[in-house]
Amino acid sequence: MLSYFLRRLILVLPVAFGVSVICFLLVQIAPGDPLTAIMPVDATAEEQAAMRAAYGLDKPLPIQYAIWIGNLAQGDMGKSIATGRPVAQEVFGAVQNSLLLAVSAAVIAFPIGIFLGFLAGYFRDTLLDRAVTALSITGVSVPNYWLGIVLVIIFSVNLGWLPSMGAGPGGSQSWAWDWLHMRHLILPAVTLAVVPIGIVARTVRALAGDILTMDFVQALYAKGMSRGDVLRHVARNAAATALSVMGLQLGYLLGGSILIETVFNWPGSGFLLSNAIFQRDLPLLQGTILILALFFVAMNLIVDVAQAAIDPRIKRT
Amino acid sequence: MALAETEPMTDTKAAKPQSYWAGVGARVVRDPVSMICLAVVLLLILSAIFAPYIGLPDPYKGSMIARLKPLGTEGHLLGTDEQGRDMLARLIYGGRLTLFIGLMPVVFAFFIGSALGIVAGYVGGMTNTIIMRIVDVFFAFPSVLLAIAISGALGAGIVNSLVSLTIVFIPPITRVAEAVTSGVRALDYIDAARATGANALTVIRVHVIGNVLSPIFVYATSLTSVCMILAAGLSFLGIGVRPPEPEWGLMLNTLRSAIYINPWLSALPGVMIFVTSLCLNLLSDGLRSAMNVRD
Repeated sequence: MLSYFLRRLILVLPVAFGVSVICFLLVQIAPGDPLTAIMPVDATAEEQAAMRAAYGLDKPLPIQYAIWIGNLAQGDMGKSIATGRPVAQEVFGAVQNSLLLAVSAAVIAFPIGIFLGFLAGYFRDTLLDRAVTALSITGVSVPNYWLGIVLVIIFSVNLGWLPSMGAGPGGSQSWAWDWLHMRHLILPAVTLAVVPIGIVARTVRALAGDILTMDFVQALYAKGMSRGDVLRHVARNAAATALSVMGLQLGYLLGGSILIETVFNWPGSGFLLSNAIFQRDLPLLQGTILILALFFVAMNLIVDVAQAAIDPRIKRT
Repeated sequence: MALAETEPMTDTKAAKPQSYWAGVGARVVRDPVSMICLAVVLLLILSAIFAPYIGLPDPYKGSMIARLKPLGTEGHLLGTDEQGRDMLARLIYGGRLTLFIGLMPVVFAFFIGSALGIVAGYVGGMTNTIIMRIVDVFFAFPSVLLAIAISGALGAGIVNSLVSLTIVFIPPITRVAEAVTSGVRALDYIDAARATGANALTVIRVHVIGNVLSPIFVYATSLTSVCMILAAGLSFLGIGVRPPEPEWGLMLNTLRSAIYINPWLSALPGVMIFVTSLCLNLLSDGLRSAMNVRD
């Protein structure tokens, strides 16, 4: 198990390196001089050159990258241009809120998706199967930022049951496990859960359908095993694949919640990202994307290892 | 006499084997869901193209006194937006940019990704390693994040949206193209073709492309719905199309300020995005089962 983990870890390193290069290049493709944001308009040419040297912007790109990655290794991701605070501090606070939202959505989506998908797979080609299939294709087709607005219209504007914005009463940024805060979580979490429900249901349906037609299921029934016990075997067979799909989905939820966070003014990484974009706060943009992408890479690694832990067939390949 | 005897033999039109694409076409036509979706998508595309010629009001002309009129207002069938512009006209005109930015990146990515994937899969070795490892890096980004990152860095604009979405969809298409091509590359007839002395380009052109393009194509069609949602999403965030252009995502964004005044009106542009993406998804599913390609 440990050697498998180490092998996977070694494979991840070049990807992580590539991710850092892309994040570094993001700032380079941005139009305009990065200095214009921080320099006074009437700065002389010498002052500009001095500033350029101070930020290392006069050096060739690979050197700039080396400096950037060196600072990064020490936890220094630069300072936000807009707030002047360290990027790392801003990002980690926001990522916590995003993680809360993503995990809540996953907690809603995965059981529902598994249940629906299993029903559809077990009762293949029945009305129930078709209903679930229709539901899941609707789930993956819906633009979730629009669904968020529709839910706000229904539950906040018309019914007045739930708040439409923020993560707590009075624009509170800090989270607490009480009803006042939880109310704010419901709408964004449900909105975010819709797409993964569709995807998980689809996957589980296909898996259950395939496994139920396998010979071993017939054999288990033939030897007189009860339906419940047979289904346990089926579930164990499906677990590894289902787990990997869900792990990926959790990663997507974190990276993909940007639009939903904008709809609900949720103070997470997506909200931070859209602020960074509009204030042309490139260090903040770079840092947020880097952290989210690295999180996604780590998530994939964990999924791979967990999959191997569950399914001994994977480790051997 | 001999000719007369052979005549029935040449008259074999009825037994002529149907071409593959004709078979696929026939199966798609027989599927009612696919046909309805195709009709809806075609209707949206045609109405977007011919928007200036079907007697719609000017989608840019607002009116301070006729703002946020509800659905069914006289002269404005679907009401007016926050600047008093006719909603029906803006929704139909909005299809122009939304569909263009929503579909073209997949077309571009289909060509670029197929080319990269076929080269990687056919040539193999170091070329394959370099192309596929770069593709792996892009897979480390969830697609939404990558699109927003590139668009956010480049800034708003139609061309920037096209560029960023094309970059987002090249890696998945490349990966599929590479996998399919590697599979075909291992077949005997490729070795036979190479043994005749044909060079790589000829083998790819004559023997590979025809056999790999349809699975890549089906995969690409399954991406159109996501691309639509993402394209409109970029505009919704304000990093896609700039106002005052009519575009569904952007309209959804600007109408958010009206959800307490005229809630259902403000949800309309999203209905267009939803219907289009649903039809694209169902159409892709129909095509997939008609072509009997498994993913």
